[in-house]
Order: sequence, then structure tokens, then C-alpha cells
Amino acid sequence: MMADYAIECIDIVKSFGSVEALKGVSINAKAGEVTALVGDNGAGKSTLIKCISGVYLATSGEIRIGGEVVHFSSPEDARVAGIETVYQNLSLIEDLTIWQNLFLNREATIGFGPFRILNKAKMRADAETMLKNLDVHIPSIKSRTRGLSGGQRQAVAICRAVGWGSKVLIMDEPTAALGARESVKVEELIKKMKSQGLAILLISHNFDQVLRLADQIFVMRQGNVMAGMRASETSGGELVSLITGASASKKGS
Amino acid sequence: MPINQKAEASAHAVVSASNKIKAGVKEKLKDPFFWSDWLVVLALLLVIIVFGSIAPESFLTTYNLNNILVASAIPAIIVVGQTFAVATAGIDLSVSSIMTFGAVSFGLAFTRGWNLWSCALIGMLAGLLAGFLNGFIISVRKINDFIVTLGMLSIAAGIALVLSDGRPVQVISEPLANIAIGEFGVVPYLMIIAFSIVLAAHFLLFHTRFGIHLLAVGGDPDSARAMGISIVKVKIIVYSISGVLAGFAATLTISRIGAAEPAANTSILLNSVAAVVLGGVSLFGGRATIFGPFVATLLLQALSNGLTIIGVASYYQYVSVGIVVILSASLVRTSQ
Repeated sequence: MMADYAIECIDIVKSFGSVEALKGVSINAKAGEVTALVGDNGAGKSTLIKCISGVYLATSGEIRIGGEVVHFSSPEDARVAGIETVYQNLSLIEDLTIWQNLFLNREATIGFGPFRILNKAKMRADAETMLKNLDVHIPSIKSRTRGLSGGQRQAVAICRAVGWGSKVLIMDEPTAALGARESVKVEELIKKMKSQGLAILLISHNFDQVLRLADQIFVMRQGNVMAGMRASETSGGELVSLITGASASKKGS
Repeated sequence: MPINQKAEASAHAVVSASNKIKAGVKEKLKDPFFWSDWLVVLALLLVIIVFGSIAPESFLTTYNLNNILVASAIPAIIVVGQTFAVATAGIDLSVSSIMTFGAVSFGLAFTRGWNLWSCALIGMLAGLLAGFLNGFIISVRKINDFIVTLGMLSIAAGIALVLSDGRPVQVISEPLANIAIGEFGVVPYLMIIAFSIVLAAHFLLFHTRFGIHLLAVGGDPDSARAMGISIVKVKIIVYSISGVLAGFAATLTISRIGAAEPAANTSILLNSVAAVVLGGVSLFGGRATIFGPFVATLLLQALSNGLTIIGVASYYQYVSVGIVVILSASLVRTSQ
């Protein structure tokens, strides 16, 4: 039953001093599905994904990946366990080229011991493949990230996140800064990753987008999960009332 | 028929290859960094042409060009360290003082009768220590690099005075002096040594993981950290390299002047920052070349050499160096 979920968070509590940002939150995400996390500012979405991605250590609660309990003390741990996060700021280095960004801190080298040099040919070739696998078209992988459009940056950041055999991809407002046309491209990219069997955790303020993309939706409010439902069984109106608390008494989780 | 097809295919390959090259060249030409790189080479040629036509019989001689190369060698080594520091969006103001500290340490070991290799090693260890402290305090204590290295400027200079009691130590050693006067063909040993360090630094910056991480830390420390790069490690290594190079340059200075002087050579610091700016390295970090600042070092030495030859008093040379630096920085700014 547990192994059904790519990732499962059980009763996560996170306190900052006397403030309880997460008050016992449980969510899950299946492989090959998009799971959306919606809620107002301050609802606890960001805190929750930071616990999942190893930035914060949860005060209590359990995170399971493929049914096994994991403990992260750093983002590096989460990455090793197959969880990648694409934050809103994307963490791309503007002055580095696209392939350098794709391989940042995972550079391929040749040589032995401390005498290792970059295997640029391999990284460039692999970078092309990584982009091609997700149907991302970028003029040249040798150009600097600085010159890319918002959508292209998002695509590069996503490729970097999924190019390493990760199982769970967390995306924080992937289209918030994009125009309509680029948003469509990023949504296509998300569908593509879903079809490749990744579990995607999507944070978005855009209800239309959530209803378009998500298979499952969790609504958060004031550090709690107010509801978890299949996307096909809900509507934008219901989501709004759950987020604002207008009908919270009617629909608990 | 197959021959025709083959020809067609190869013609196609040639066309697509030439298109690729064209696209590559176009991309290069659009990159402002490419221009700031070549600007300094053009400036060097300009200086050589100008002084060469004003005073061809004294400036354009093998002897004089050789002088320029000798005079450029030690600044060129210091500039490598400075380039690394600036590439991390930092600065190392302590290079000249560390060099003095290294020289005095060398002198102390020499007066105790240690052999040259040990003396040189002591000089480099002194530089390593000072550089490591710089990097440690900047990255672990998160104190501004400007302040830390300014403090180290004073500390290293002060320790050099304390250790030497303010007196220079004569270092009379034929093998050491031979390094300074020796030549391979027309190229002085000092320049060969300096250029080897430049090549090694270029290799480190562009062909190793450390190089990419250095540029990442300089360009966007938050993103670099998010990708798991240790900013502390990168900065400590960078300032340690700068310190070691200053300590090594101390040995070469001793070989040139035959003494370990406790007085700081402030023009070395000014020159290193000037060459980094002239060489097109971004003061905001993240973008650097090694050859740009190297050529800029040659340029600055050629400029002051040329001015001396045409009889401009050395006081004016400081003014001219300053003007060249500010002019070039504003040119780079405009081109960006």
C-alpha cells in the first residue's frame, strides 16, 4: 500500500520557535501523476516543500520514499534520495553556459585522483540529449544562460532537475513569471515528465493550471491540509472556498 | 551515381560545417566579454606602435622588450591571484603586503643558513598562511573581503617589519640571481615562469570542476549554494592561491634585487587591480579570463617603460596608469 506512493508525508510538524508553521500535515504523490499543492500565502506550502527537499528538518513526522522512511539533514540528502526541487528563482548561474548549468556540481571528469579535468565533450553531448528527451529547443547549449527567455530558463532548470534520474520533482510556481505562450510550453513539459513516470509536486496559484495539469490536489490553510481530492472531482469554485475557509466546515479531510 | 551522392553529401557537410562556424563566430562577436578581451590586446599593440614610432631606436630593441618582459613577470604572477579573487566577486588588497611578508620570511630562513629551496618554501608557506586566513575569515565569519584583506594588508606588512626589525636582509646567491638574469633564447626565465603559472591558472579555471565552481560562486553565490557547492571551500582555496602566489613572487623579487626588503611595494597592488579591470574581468564576479589580465600586465609595464623612455617623469606615470584604467573600464561599460 505504501509503495503505491512515490512520496508520502505523514503528520509533518514544523515549528519555528513558538510558531507552528505546519501542524501535522499528511500528503502523498504517485509516480506518473501531478499532485498540486494549493493554498493562500502563509498556508505552509513553502515550508512543507522545504521539509521535503531537505532545506528544513521537520520537527516531527515521517517522510517515506517508495515506502521507505527517509531522513534528510541537507538538500544534498534529498537529492541523493531522488527528490529534485525547482525553486522560483531557478538557481541558474547567469554567467555560465547552459551545459555548465545542467552539470553544475555534477561535472563529468576524466583522470584520476586530484588530477581530473572536465570531460566537456561528454557533458555537451549529454546536455543535448537531456534537452532533446524533453523536447526542449534551445539554439545553442554553449550560450550563456543570461540570454535565455523566462520559459527557456525554466526548461533548463527542469531538465537539470530531471536529468539525473530523480523520482520526485517539486516545482514551485513554475509559470508565475512567464507569459501565456511560455506557460503553455512549460505545461507541456510537465505533462511530458509525468508521462515518463515522475511524481510531480506542483505549487501553483493558478487554479486553471492546477485543474488542467493535476491528478490530485491538496488544499492547505494555516499549516493544515484542509482537503485532498482527485482533480476530476472538484472545481475552481470549490478550491477557492476551501482556500479561504468559506466552506471548510463542510469538507474536511 | 553513388559518387555524385557522395559529393553531394560531402558538399552538404562542408556547408553545414561552415554554417556552424559562422554561427559560432557570430555568437562570439555578440559576446561583450569577447570584446573586452581583445580590447586589451589592441591597446597593447597601440602602445607598442605609438612608442615604437616615437622612439623606435630605444623602445623597439630586443634589449628593451626584454626589459618589459622581466618587469612584467612578477606583477603577472600577482595578477593571477587577484583575478581569482575578483572572479569570486571579492578582492585581495593584501597581495603586496603578503609578498613582503613572504620575502622577509625567506630572508630570515636565509640568514639561518637554510638552502634556497627551503627558503623559497618558507616564503610560500608564509603566503599560504596569510591567504588561508583571508579566505577563512571572509567565508566562515562572512566578513567583507575588502575589509578583511585591508586588515591583512596592515597585519602582514606589520609582521614583516617586526620580523626583520625594519632592515633588509641581503641575499647573495648566484643560482638565485641567475633566475633573474637568465634567458631562454630571447625570453627571460622570469617570464617563462610567470607564463607557466598563467597557463596553469587558465587550465584550473576552465578545465577543472574547481574552475566552474569558482565562477558559479562569483556569479551567483545563492544559486551555487543551492546546487550544493561549498562557498567556504571555494573562497578559502582562492585566497590561499593568491597568498601562495604572492609568497612565490617574493622569491622572484629577491632574485631580482638581491635582498629581502621589509618595505611593501604598493604599486604591485595597484597594478594587479588595474590589470584585472583592464583585462576585462567583471568586478561583480562570475566572469573572468586569465589571459586578459596577463596581457593587461604587459600593457601597463609597456606603458610605463615607454613613458620613461620618452622622458616623462615617473610621477606622471602614476597619473597615466590611472587614466588608462578608468578609460578602459568605461569603454568596457559602454560596450556592454
